[in-house]
Amino acid sequence: MDSFVQLILTLDMSIRLSVVLLLACLAGLFSERSGIVDIGLEGKMLVAAFFAAVGAYETGNAWVGVMAGCAAALVFSMIHGLASITYRGNQLISGVAVNFLASGMTVVLGNAWYKKGGQTPTLSGNARFHDITLPFADALSDVPLIGPIYSDLLSGHKPLVYLAFLIVPLSWWVLYRTRFGLRLRAVGENPASVDTAGISVVKLRYQALIITGILCGLAGAYLSTAQAAGFGKEMTAGRGYIALAALIFAKWRPWYAMGACLLFGLLEAISNLYPSINIFGLVTIPVQFTQALPYILTVVILAGFVGKAIPPRAGGEPYVKEQ
Amino acid sequence: MTLMQKFLGAAATLAITASAVAADPAIIFDLGGKFDKSFNQAAFAGATKWAEETGGSFREIELTSEAQREQALRRFAEAGSNPIVMTGFAFATALEQVAADFPDTKFAIIDMVVDQPNVRSVVFNEHEGSYLVGVAAAKASKSGTVGFVGGMDIPLIRKFACGYVQGVKAANPNATVIQNMTGTTPAAWNDPVKGAELTKAQIGQGADVVYAAAGGTGVGVLQTAADEGIFSIGVDSNQNYLHPGSVLTSMLKRVDVAVYDAFTEGAALTTGFNVLGISNGGIDYAVDDNNAAVFTADIAAAVEAAKAGIMDGSIKVHDYMSDSSCPVM
Repeated sequence: MDSFVQLILTLDMSIRLSVVLLLACLAGLFSERSGIVDIGLEGKMLVAAFFAAVGAYETGNAWVGVMAGCAAALVFSMIHGLASITYRGNQLISGVAVNFLASGMTVVLGNAWYKKGGQTPTLSGNARFHDITLPFADALSDVPLIGPIYSDLLSGHKPLVYLAFLIVPLSWWVLYRTRFGLRLRAVGENPASVDTAGISVVKLRYQALIITGILCGLAGAYLSTAQAAGFGKEMTAGRGYIALAALIFAKWRPWYAMGACLLFGLLEAISNLYPSINIFGLVTIPVQFTQALPYILTVVILAGFVGKAIPPRAGGEPYVKEQ
Repeated sequence: MTLMQKFLGAAATLAITASAVAADPAIIFDLGGKFDKSFNQAAFAGATKWAEETGGSFREIELTSEAQREQALRRFAEAGSNPIVMTGFAFATALEQVAADFPDTKFAIIDMVVDQPNVRSVVFNEHEGSYLVGVAAAKASKSGTVGFVGGMDIPLIRKFACGYVQGVKAANPNATVIQNMTGTTPAAWNDPVKGAELTKAQIGQGADVVYAAAGGTGVGVLQTAADEGIFSIGVDSNQNYLHPGSVLTSMLKRVDVAVYDAFTEGAALTTGFNVLGISNGGIDYAVDDNNAAVFTADIAAAVEAAKAGIMDGSIKVHDYMSDSSCPVM
């Protein structure tokens, strides 16, 4: 096959695969920037995927599903907040608890409601998201170079894909160009100084977790109503943890997060499309290697080879006034 | 005798009678879950059929983690369930130990061989069935490129793949087969999203028939094939009904028959090696109302010819697991 077409195909797939990671990664970004370590991304995505599928199936409208998913993830986010902000519990333990709760609850509820072993019924019609064709995509598709890039690569994705990529500049703007963002970053670095300035640390952190919940909701809803057609147990399959790796890789910055997620998506696409890569007929790279690359890259980053990843200084520590 | 002793004695008697009465059979489903629309669901269907026909009851458990295998086996054996059927190759190590500890209990393991005097090992000739659907795929394909999506990368799934490729090449020597495995951990049985992506990748490379041998992951493969308007081939259970008109056929692995037989024989289960293949009806392909329109006479004739060839021995399908290699790949 034409190598240009092959390239477009690979990049197109990378975009689809990176969206879940990107949404989850941005969710983690808001939480961690406010000083709340969140390894519960996986659980929140899972519960969102489940309720999105339920909402979409019951109403026949995918957008209702998205809202249901966001609401569910929000509730889980608030549980995490209650444990780690209000009661100053250990944030890692709370996050693990969220993951376990989601993994058990989705299957139990699914079994009780639909009796399909934790799966939801298959979604069809308007209960799923369909590909959007951008204007002039068909007309331009025959134009060399620009045609395939516009009509195959940029056009023809699900609405949530475009939404996810719009959230990146929005996140950057909120974090770096608004008063709220400044305070949010400050509360993750030095909560005492924010407190001294007369701003409530607790309120700011809860606000961050609300954003985290909604973004996790979008990520989960994308999985069950756009990429797949219904919920299956444990369908997040570790994507929440890859998103965390991407967050470290991106050094807790929105634009870098997009880059990291696209890179991880590209690696997954490569391992999907070319299970064993042969280099000049000499060495064959096993598929396991490309699958493990995101983690290897994260370790390399953490070891300081590609630059230092410094987490928000107050991350993981509950804030106690007047220490 | 104090009151406490009396109480304990009564409890012990109760426990003994309870275990003597409960000679119900038991079944343990693997991680895919009993509603995977595929392998485990076929086992569940067999157990349900037995219960409906005999009015009997059976005990069951769906595993949720690797650590539960041995525990579940021991629990059922201690409770007196007999026979105990388990679905999946992954039970082998746990069963080796438990079978030795409960010599009076009969066990049946599907998809694996465990050499113990009280164990029946049921294995299927999946390569034969995969060969048949491979022939069907090659006949139905217009592009000459067909796909295979496997679940976890294990010898059993390579056996499916190898049989499939042999069938495809037999019907169309110039055909290309694109193969993907979903992963290398048990999570690969339950990742419909990845299954969907792999299918899209194969479609992008020109495949117009995709065979899924991937448990719950296959749901995503079949869904994508239906969305993109190409053919798919189901596995283990009859999956034709999932997307009528898009599922070309299903490779039937009569796990339900294996479970039903084991339950029917009850505590008198004959042990040893039990091979189910095309010749004894343990392996087949599915034709029903849902795929009648797409499973044309041309395809049916080719598949029937292959089936007859395998039965009379004129077609030999290579079994990947016999020497861990595949001549056509």
